[in-house]
Amino acid sequence: MAMMNMVKALNRALHDEMLRDPDVVVLGEDVGVDEGVFRVTEGLLKKFGVQRVLDTPLAEAAIVGMSIGMAIYGLKPVCEIQFAGFCYLDYDQLESHAARIRNRTRGRFHCQMVLRTPYGGGIRAIEHHSESREAIYAHTPGLKMVIPSGPRNARALLLSAIRDPDPVLFFEPAAIYRAFREEVPDEEETLPLGTAQVVQVGGDVTLIAYGAMMRPTVEAAAVLAAEDGVHADVIDLLSLYPMDTDTITASVKKTGRAVVVHEAPRTCGIGAEVVARLVESAFLYLEAPVRRLTGFDIPFPYFAREQAYLPNAARIARAVRETLRF
Amino acid sequence: MPRATIHLPYTVEHLSILDAEGNVDAALDPNLDAALLLKLYRTMLLARRLDERMLALQRQGRIGTFGPIKGQEAAQLGSICVLRDTDWMVPAFREAAALLWRGTRIEDLLLFWAGREEGQAGATERTLPIAVPVATQLPHAVGIAWGARYKHDPAVVMTYFGDGATSEGEFHEALNFAGVMQLPVVFVCQNNQWAISTPRAKQTRAQTLAQKALAYGFPGIQVDGNDILAVYVAAHEAVARARSGDGPTLIECVTYRLSVHTTADDPLRYRDETEVRQWEARDPLLRFTTYLEGRALLDPARRAALEGEVRDEIKTAVERFEAAPPPDPLDMFDHLYAQRPPELSAQRQELAAALSAISHRTAEPAGGKGR
Repeated sequence: MAMMNMVKALNRALHDEMLRDPDVVVLGEDVGVDEGVFRVTEGLLKKFGVQRVLDTPLAEAAIVGMSIGMAIYGLKPVCEIQFAGFCYLDYDQLESHAARIRNRTRGRFHCQMVLRTPYGGGIRAIEHHSESREAIYAHTPGLKMVIPSGPRNARALLLSAIRDPDPVLFFEPAAIYRAFREEVPDEEETLPLGTAQVVQVGGDVTLIAYGAMMRPTVEAAAVLAAEDGVHADVIDLLSLYPMDTDTITASVKKTGRAVVVHEAPRTCGIGAEVVARLVESAFLYLEAPVRRLTGFDIPFPYFAREQAYLPNAARIARAVRETLRF
Repeated sequence: MPRATIHLPYTVEHLSILDAEGNVDAALDPNLDAALLLKLYRTMLLARRLDERMLALQRQGRIGTFGPIKGQEAAQLGSICVLRDTDWMVPAFREAAALLWRGTRIEDLLLFWAGREEGQAGATERTLPIAVPVATQLPHAVGIAWGARYKHDPAVVMTYFGDGATSEGEFHEALNFAGVMQLPVVFVCQNNQWAISTPRAKQTRAQTLAQKALAYGFPGIQVDGNDILAVYVAAHEAVARARSGDGPTLIECVTYRLSVHTTADDPLRYRDETEVRQWEARDPLLRFTTYLEGRALLDPARRAALEGEVRDEIKTAVERFEAAPPPDPLDMFDHLYAQRPPELSAQRQELAAALSAISHRTAEPAGGKGR
């Protein structure tokens, strides 16, 4: 066991998987000599050389398009897009090719690749560096969409993502990169994609979140327990597509009430999908409307206003209380 | 600190060996062996006749919209024939002749244009599926070439696109990456003068498309794209350069789309038919025929025999295509991921139940039970 932050844990996963599998290669802007703007690729160039750690020219579409070509050839590329706010340039490659190459060729080719990118607010960044647009990718058939929430699950999920035979979008909450440290086991650990984790069992209400929003959600659950004697089930989705409907359904059948939290805009967001699934799977068990506590339908504000935009523990607790009073 | 001229070490060549009348520049003639020349001719004839047959099939509603290749056969065959089976081809969507050369079955092309993914399942190894969004396939060629080099595989990657593609961002990105990394990619531009209704002159102010390679630090050459010998020579040089580790090449094949963009298009709205007549006189099939007759490799009897052969081959393939079992709608859920996620299993089941219930209802006789 070693204590490490998420950056170290992700770095550990990349390092270990590159050691284990020579087909794993890393590419992106500033991932080699500079070791990544957040240092997630630290030490990889020194260890594995320019044959496996590729500093590319600045071109997001070509980084992803080249990764697709590498995957078609039989490699397992892990590309980094420096911020999720720059992924729009490569979206066409994901939608038109990465997501479709297996289907289009009936399995003659497939696209085993991971796109890693930091996402989300709370880091006082300039415009385009705080977006949370995971719903776009969860809505794109053929992709998988994964978001870890802490060092330990980040390392386990990244290993699983690299080994998954299909393209995986791996969004890393920038606000969590160095926010806290956690015990990460020395031995290898993976987590199956498409499986949520129940991080806390309470029974009175179900809180569903993912990524950077897990921290204020868990904090809100603690506040509710201390101040209201309300004990929440807290679920970390981890995987947004496929999504673990069974785990959220089982909890909501028990509690009858749920609040889903994300920092992304509300309309057509992941919360909408969670609500729809619960309506389909647990309609007769619901005691209150499933509440969405989310970012707003506006572009992510410049950082002077970001704390007002982002859900926090107090607002989550308030939403839960309203749901309980319904 | 005066203003100085930077002298760039580049020029752009234009190569032409076999002119529209069938006259050959003997000094430049690559003197290909008879077997290769006849195989090229037969494939060119097959591609032309298939194009004509597909137009008829489309008009009859037996296949959907497709993009004919008429006029571009030399640009495709002169380049693709240089590749080994172990090399890679990354096509766009107007390369039927090159695909036939690579071993793609006619019935698979027909299945594809009839709206069935199965058509892309059976092509030869190391030939990518048809890519529809313009220029998006070019970075794939770069990634494949990088993979080959990483694995010490001497494979070369040849990728195809049109004049319109040179205006796209991914054209720039892919050529730039290939140049920076000195990758074994041959970029074959079929400059057929028209991107639907947009003429070549409105794509770029540049005098040639070949010169675009110069900005990326590698050679570009313009060839008469209706001259199969010129295309062959340029492609042969480019493939040799790629294979020896000297990096990419851009080949601009100046050709012409003699037919429609796709069968959903009416060229009379935007181009002058006299231009089409002029280019018909430069038809690559006509001049290749003249050349082969000049070398005594072809005569009217042999041509007639070949026409009969390709007609039969197409007829048999169309029969196989039409004998294909009808598409199973539930099959569409089964190939998106290596393992079907629960969402897709549920949706598959939903469609299966709906189809079964609906077919059950329609199978009932009028006035039967359940009314």
